[in-house]
Amino acid sequence: MLRITAQKSLAGAKVSPKHLFPIFSRSSTDVAKKPEKIEVFIDDKPVLVEPGTTVLQAAALVGVEIPRFCYHERLAVAGNCRMCLVEVEKSPKPVAACAMPVMKGWRIKTDSEMTRKAREGVMEFLLVNHPLDCPICDQGGECDLQDQSMAFGSDRSRFTDIDFSGKRAVEDKDIGPLIKTIMTRCIHCTRCIRFASEVAGIDDLGTTGRGSDMQVGTYVEKFFLSELSGNVIDLCPVGALTSKPYSFTARPWETRKTDSIDVLDAVGSNIVVCTRTGDVLRILPRINEDINEEWLSDKSRFAYDGLKRQRLVTPMLRDACGELKPVDWEAALLGVGKVLKAAGGNITAVAGGLADAEALVALKDLVNKLGSEAVCIENSFPLDGSGTDLRSSYLLNNKIAPAEEADLVLLIGTNPRLEAPLLNSRIRKGYVHNETEIAVIGPKIDLRYDYIHLGEDPSIIRQIENGQHAFVKKLKSAKKPLVILGSDTLSRSDGAAILSSVQSLSRGLQDEMCDPEWKVLNILHKVANQVAALDIGYTPDLSKICESSPKVLYLLGADDCGITRADLPDGCFIVYQGHHGDQGASIADAVLPGIAYTEKQATYVNTEGRAQQTLVAVTPPGLAREDWKIIRALSEIVGAKLPYDSLEEIRYRLEEVAPHLTRYGCAEAANYFCEALELGKKTNAPIDTSPLDVKQKTLEDFYMTDVISRASPTMAKCVAAVQKQNLSKY
Amino acid sequence: MPKDKLANVITTYITILDSFSVNFPNTFDREIENVKMASVLVRFSYLTKNQLGLLAPLANSAQVCCYSTPPGTPPPQTKTKFGPLCDEDRIFTNLYGRHDWRLKGALKRGDWYKTKEILCKGADWIINEIKVSGLRGRGGAGFPSGMKWSFMNKPSDGRPKYLVVNADEGEPGTCKDREIMRHDPHKLVEGCLIAGKAMGAKAAYIYIRGEFYNEASNMQIAIAEAYQAGLLGKNACNSGYDFDVFMHRGAGAYICGEETALIESIEGKQGKPRLKPPFPADVGVFGCPTTVTNVETVAVAPSICRRGGAWFASFGRTRNSGTKLFNISGHVNTPCTVEEEMSIPLKELIELHAGGVTGGWDNLLAVIPGGSSTPLIPKSVCDDVLMDFDGLVAAQTSLGTAAVIVMNKQTDVVKAIARLIMFYKHESCGQCTPCREGISWMNKIIYRFVDGNARPDEIDMLWELSKQIEGHTICALGDGAAWPVQGLIRHFRPELEDRMKKFHEQQKGQHAARN
Repeated sequence: MLRITAQKSLAGAKVSPKHLFPIFSRSSTDVAKKPEKIEVFIDDKPVLVEPGTTVLQAAALVGVEIPRFCYHERLAVAGNCRMCLVEVEKSPKPVAACAMPVMKGWRIKTDSEMTRKAREGVMEFLLVNHPLDCPICDQGGECDLQDQSMAFGSDRSRFTDIDFSGKRAVEDKDIGPLIKTIMTRCIHCTRCIRFASEVAGIDDLGTTGRGSDMQVGTYVEKFFLSELSGNVIDLCPVGALTSKPYSFTARPWETRKTDSIDVLDAVGSNIVVCTRTGDVLRILPRINEDINEEWLSDKSRFAYDGLKRQRLVTPMLRDACGELKPVDWEAALLGVGKVLKAAGGNITAVAGGLADAEALVALKDLVNKLGSEAVCIENSFPLDGSGTDLRSSYLLNNKIAPAEEADLVLLIGTNPRLEAPLLNSRIRKGYVHNETEIAVIGPKIDLRYDYIHLGEDPSIIRQIENGQHAFVKKLKSAKKPLVILGSDTLSRSDGAAILSSVQSLSRGLQDEMCDPEWKVLNILHKVANQVAALDIGYTPDLSKICESSPKVLYLLGADDCGITRADLPDGCFIVYQGHHGDQGASIADAVLPGIAYTEKQATYVNTEGRAQQTLVAVTPPGLAREDWKIIRALSEIVGAKLPYDSLEEIRYRLEEVAPHLTRYGCAEAANYFCEALELGKKTNAPIDTSPLDVKQKTLEDFYMTDVISRASPTMAKCVAAVQKQNLSKY
Repeated sequence: MPKDKLANVITTYITILDSFSVNFPNTFDREIENVKMASVLVRFSYLTKNQLGLLAPLANSAQVCCYSTPPGTPPPQTKTKFGPLCDEDRIFTNLYGRHDWRLKGALKRGDWYKTKEILCKGADWIINEIKVSGLRGRGGAGFPSGMKWSFMNKPSDGRPKYLVVNADEGEPGTCKDREIMRHDPHKLVEGCLIAGKAMGAKAAYIYIRGEFYNEASNMQIAIAEAYQAGLLGKNACNSGYDFDVFMHRGAGAYICGEETALIESIEGKQGKPRLKPPFPADVGVFGCPTTVTNVETVAVAPSICRRGGAWFASFGRTRNSGTKLFNISGHVNTPCTVEEEMSIPLKELIELHAGGVTGGWDNLLAVIPGGSSTPLIPKSVCDDVLMDFDGLVAAQTSLGTAAVIVMNKQTDVVKAIARLIMFYKHESCGQCTPCREGISWMNKIIYRFVDGNARPDEIDMLWELSKQIEGHTICALGDGAAWPVQGLIRHFRPELEDRMKKFHEQQKGQHAARN
């Protein structure tokens, strides 16, 4: 498995991986003392750069973009496409800008005769064996080869051999249900290979053969299965790797692009939703250095076809025969309103992970107005101690991006690879470049990096807390330790005890930290809007619902709470409001069709407490309406009118409840770590002996975790592909 | 100096640097010690041609008027006639395998004689002797060995250092290292120890071409014998120096003879050249400082140390000193590998050792003087060219590995070069674009040239393509493939045009006959 050696050999001893790190990651990492800057000249423009900066990076500083194919700022330097050759004065031959560190006083000429000739030559060579099937190529319009051949290529062809021998052709490979390969188009930049081995940690891709017989592939027939595999589609500068579900669908200039937020995990990746005539055609990542860099997990990228299936498009009421019958909005609202009024405050609301903050606050306001305090989220969470009153006990306090700087990560009862792939890619980045050590308490899982498995027994946490475990020594010596506690662990019956133990363990480490910004204690959630729900005041005590025998159970997109009719008293009326016909709708007496994240402007708060908003990319299907508006309409019918009529007004209300919910893009830090710890200590509950477990263990468990991905045929194909791969001898 | 020869440029830089060391001894030596190899090399290559032209005469005159020469300067050459080499000056005395190649035989021939004393004189002494000898790398590039070895002698940062011996001799026409390894393996083993000591290396890795089965087997026996006799391993030769020699067999890729590809291959990866910088002296095998040297370079080191650098420098012209193994193959009466003095005239070399060109000297068409990657030279040049680095650079070619491929007038020279290009196409690693795509394109074109099935303007296109490859690739394989083509076009353009004319006339004739 790749680890630093490649980096070292590529970057040189002078530039050790740690020094190279600032180049790869955010600038905040280079707190170490800065060496003296050196002056170089790009097209006679002077620029001061740090030693070790490459020619290409120096040129970028003065706004000169040097063409490239193989170079990618987030991957190791390969230097094999030779497109970035530039002339350096006094050098007899052009240098590869992507790999060559600048020397003092260099005069780099990015538009000289030699440079242009070199580019033209490389461009010609790249096109010699390229099929030039742009009219039928899905990359057309967003193809680096196309663009750069226009900009830097020759204006005429001299490929005389086409009359004699033609071009090379390469067999296509079947690497899974997500990535379509047309390997004849490949220009051997090896970006996909480097991504797979460096970022995804899957060493399945590589090159075979030599010279003009070189091929990129898996050597044996094998799927390229990774939770991040879709990113190679974006990385591929040509049309060799394209999206299978999107193939032959649209041209990039035909689609409308809407910036939005992904809600299929708790990371809150930034996305671009590409639509045409009311259809989501594909989802691409949008760069956000604090969250997803420029990657996107496969579920977030490919589950969009689930948005067109199993949708609730009309309100429904259960008729006398016990069947859900479509009705109009008026009948539905009146029907539900009547029941709500009759319940006399004996109402319980449960919110699912996909519910947006606006709907959450509206529902809570409504239920409160009707005289009930029973609003809760699907996942249970310890209520002892400070419970969910202090945000530090339920946030990924240290944020996502700094995870790559950690030198020791302790994962407790979580599988970040499947629960938050992009957090895992950060940890892996630290592992590859920064020699991060990782330890796991919980089941043995495949995280695509080596870790110390401390065991499954939760009592290990206590041992570490009390300093009895051998691992304590490592934790104490770590400069930037990170403890990440999974939400699966917190839903255990001894969740409170584990949380308090982890809090006290983290406190011990936190006290010795020299950097006050570094937070040791981190909780990782699995669903998109858990943090917003807790911020707004939803409680995580689902189990008490059944005991309280509510007359009305209002499910706001709650499909994973596992409540069945049998758990509820007879005569309990279940309202389901959501966008997919899943478990929740199947037990409901009334269905109010809400809308999905691509159809609304709504607020989501990710696991680090960062509020972000989705934007409207497509119009909702059928009669489906925005969730908070449905609740607002309902409130009027039950006679408890909510005081907001527009998005601005409800956002004022959000701001009243929790101001950070409308500070989009900012992650509101938590506080009161000590107080949370002190309150937690009062619980004094014992920790069970049952081993820690996580729900998502293998890649198979990754793809279908919520209503959207469960409705997605692509995700189903992925699960089938994993199962097929498991049977394969490779 | 021809403008289009990259190799020439580099060789000349080195020449100039040599002169520099005469001119500004103190500064230069200090620089070598302080500055890492990478930056030194960068400094070499960024002198302009113009500057070189200006500096060269200056440096030369400086050499003349300098009274006290700094240590490590070869004595000036006074001879004007070079070769033939007399028997007592031969280093490789069992080149033809007539004697015992094992330790006993090697000891009889003087190998391992007072090796301990040499080792005890220390790294600086060895490097100085090598510098005095004027030995230049025998693998093709001709980098001064003393300087290269001294790059390793910077303060250690805790990483071990390694010597890697490049025994992946795969260049068509070259067959010198295999003779050493099968008939005189102890020369190489002892050379590893001495060179290793000079660099402060912990171990030597001999990367041997996979096809050299018998050579690998002899080498392995020789290494084992040396270990058993206490010449290697802990306290090698009782000198208090610990040194190991390992042998690693390749798997048959020419590109693994490129130093960084070789390092990758030793590490167990695909043999694809690395980007430089960092140079192997900074980051080499297993991430540690490494020097990669040719077998012959290492194998002559013990003899130089025993007989003195000045003795070695007494052969050949200044800056081209020493003896050298020449491989003469092709259309000669007795193809052979022979140790000769550097700077021997090509004609004398062929007539004396290879029994002359088949059909007489006048039947000579062209010679590839330094292995398949060097441009060929036609008979007119062969008549009086001297076989050394500078002489061949002046003839727009290169000494390379000194593998002389002789072609007489019965040769289809276009086909011969086409076959070489096919070799390079087959051996290109495929990593970087110009080499991967360019060489296979050149191969297609040149095979059409063999028949004449092309237009004359395609000759210019081929020339341009070769220029588009040369100097644009990660390693030198692209250059090596471009040069033979350039040599062919430079010297045999009329031949190419003739063929095209004939081919098209023939086509026209056939066409007319059909109608």
